[in-house]
Amino acid sequence: MDLATNSTINSFTETMAEKINITPWLFVVLVLVTWWSLGQGSVPVSVIDGLLDWFSATTSKEALIIAEIRLPRTLLALAVGAALGMSGAALQGLLRNPLAEPGLVGASQGAALGAATVFYFGIFAAAGTLAITVAGLLGAMLALLLMLSLSGTGRPSLVILAGLAISTIAGAALAVVLNFAPNPYAMQELVFWLLGSVSNRGLDSLIILIPALLIGGIIIWTQRPLLAALSLGEQVAASMGMAVNRGSRLVVLGTAILVGASVSVAGNIGFVGLLVPHLLRPFTGYRPDQLLMPSALAGAILVCAADIFVRLLPFGQELKLGVLTSLLGAPLFIWIVIRESKRWP
Amino acid sequence: MALITTKLLTVDTRVKDVSVELHRGEVLGLIGPNGAGKSTFLHALVGLERYTGSVESDGEALETYSRTQRARLIGLQPQAVSSAWPITVKDVVTLGRLPWGDEDEGIINGAMQCADINNFSERRVDHLSGGERARVWLARVLAGQPQVFLADEPVANLDIHFQLSVMDVLKNYAAQYHGVIVALHDLSLAARYCDKLCLLKEGECIALGTPAEVLTESLLRSVYGVEVEVDLERQPPVVLPK
Repeated sequence: MDLATNSTINSFTETMAEKINITPWLFVVLVLVTWWSLGQGSVPVSVIDGLLDWFSATTSKEALIIAEIRLPRTLLALAVGAALGMSGAALQGLLRNPLAEPGLVGASQGAALGAATVFYFGIFAAAGTLAITVAGLLGAMLALLLMLSLSGTGRPSLVILAGLAISTIAGAALAVVLNFAPNPYAMQELVFWLLGSVSNRGLDSLIILIPALLIGGIIIWTQRPLLAALSLGEQVAASMGMAVNRGSRLVVLGTAILVGASVSVAGNIGFVGLLVPHLLRPFTGYRPDQLLMPSALAGAILVCAADIFVRLLPFGQELKLGVLTSLLGAPLFIWIVIRESKRWP
Repeated sequence: MALITTKLLTVDTRVKDVSVELHRGEVLGLIGPNGAGKSTFLHALVGLERYTGSVESDGEALETYSRTQRARLIGLQPQAVSSAWPITVKDVVTLGRLPWGDEDEGIINGAMQCADINNFSERRVDHLSGGERARVWLARVLAGQPQVFLADEPVANLDIHFQLSVMDVLKNYAAQYHGVIVALHDLSLAARYCDKLCLLKEGECIALGTPAEVLTESLLRSVYGVEVEVDLERQPPVVLPK
């Protein structure tokens, strides 16, 4: 096929993609995946009966399984996915870089280091999970601020280099924490948590994650005009009356809240923030301000679906969710790098 | 009263005590060698650079304006604009409405018409030629309906057809009771399109006045260090290095 035909087909599919409003469809898929996730488990249970019994406070096996095990797990997967999807879209818009992702700019590792340190040393143990979440948030924020001070937002390749440097530092510090783990059990717990999973977390994790999702999401949502304006660079954005520095810091804060909370609850679930915005971008006309909500929804769908897949695998030991997303995400990441290198010679 | 008046505008060592006036209907050209402070001066006007001295519009100090008010008054097309994402032409122009917080279809279409880009408004900016793209950036600023249009070397890297088409858009915009300040390297274009010129060298305004007053062979020789042939009687005027 010659280049002209190829490009005509590309622009045709892209025009078609732009004509579809994807958000309602994502809502439909989200509901379906949620339903499937509630029905999926080692014991066959009627989801409707379980939910009805739970709402009417009737004690039954169905109500117990749905309300105590599957609902928290499903909601957690949805919340973590939404947080990661939205933070990826926000970071990519802010940094004008399709490769920006919580994991690649150091935010996830920063959050993991913060959370692991508090978890391991038992700092503020009285505050329980909240202390771990706050530490995760602070870790993510420090990593992002350090990345911004090293590279600024204007130079895409430097952003990734700075992110790599910060990830390496945070990774080394995390290795130190693991190295000095008091006993093999503590170390194993830490490693399993880092691998990323949404199983066996109680409803109390949601009490932290859902407000964090709302607060971080709203902070980022208010900065949509800035993300749109930044498409044409910082100078243009500032000349159009945007508070670029203040707005960028707010996007970083929102992202840190989302990433910090989700990493502290579910560990590292990589590549969601990279892939989801990338796949949805053609459907939103490549506009970074219109990518936030679809990315949150698709992130929720992806993590929830991946968690269902993990439960369907016939292994004795459950494959960790973060391991699965990395296994699927890494090859797609390489594909994106190849595509981007062709797009912008 | 002048649309824009700068009094002793100074940006660290890059711009020194520049005082100019821009009236409605005028195109003011900023000329001078590389590093003379043209871009810095434009950035200061729009609020991207801290400065001392003052900038007034119709007698009111711009320092009292909010960020948004200033963005509504003055629109800037920076030197090297690019879009990070392959968005459509219309979406780029729509961004120009950000200072107003709306997406007024009538104004956006009007801006695209002024820049003569409405026949490819649905195409993606990464699929356009350099000349087409330059007019898209112009339309983005036009959509903000600024009283003052600042253009920083808008014709750099364009062929002669697009150079003239971009300059025509700016001239027409000024004629509609607006003001335009344009930084240019092409002195023939400056002579042809500008009502007034400000010749900058190392941040200082060496000469300010009509093209006939500023584009003299002796002045240009002293600023650029090369012999220049000036013929402003010809139509179009010619200013070329010998």
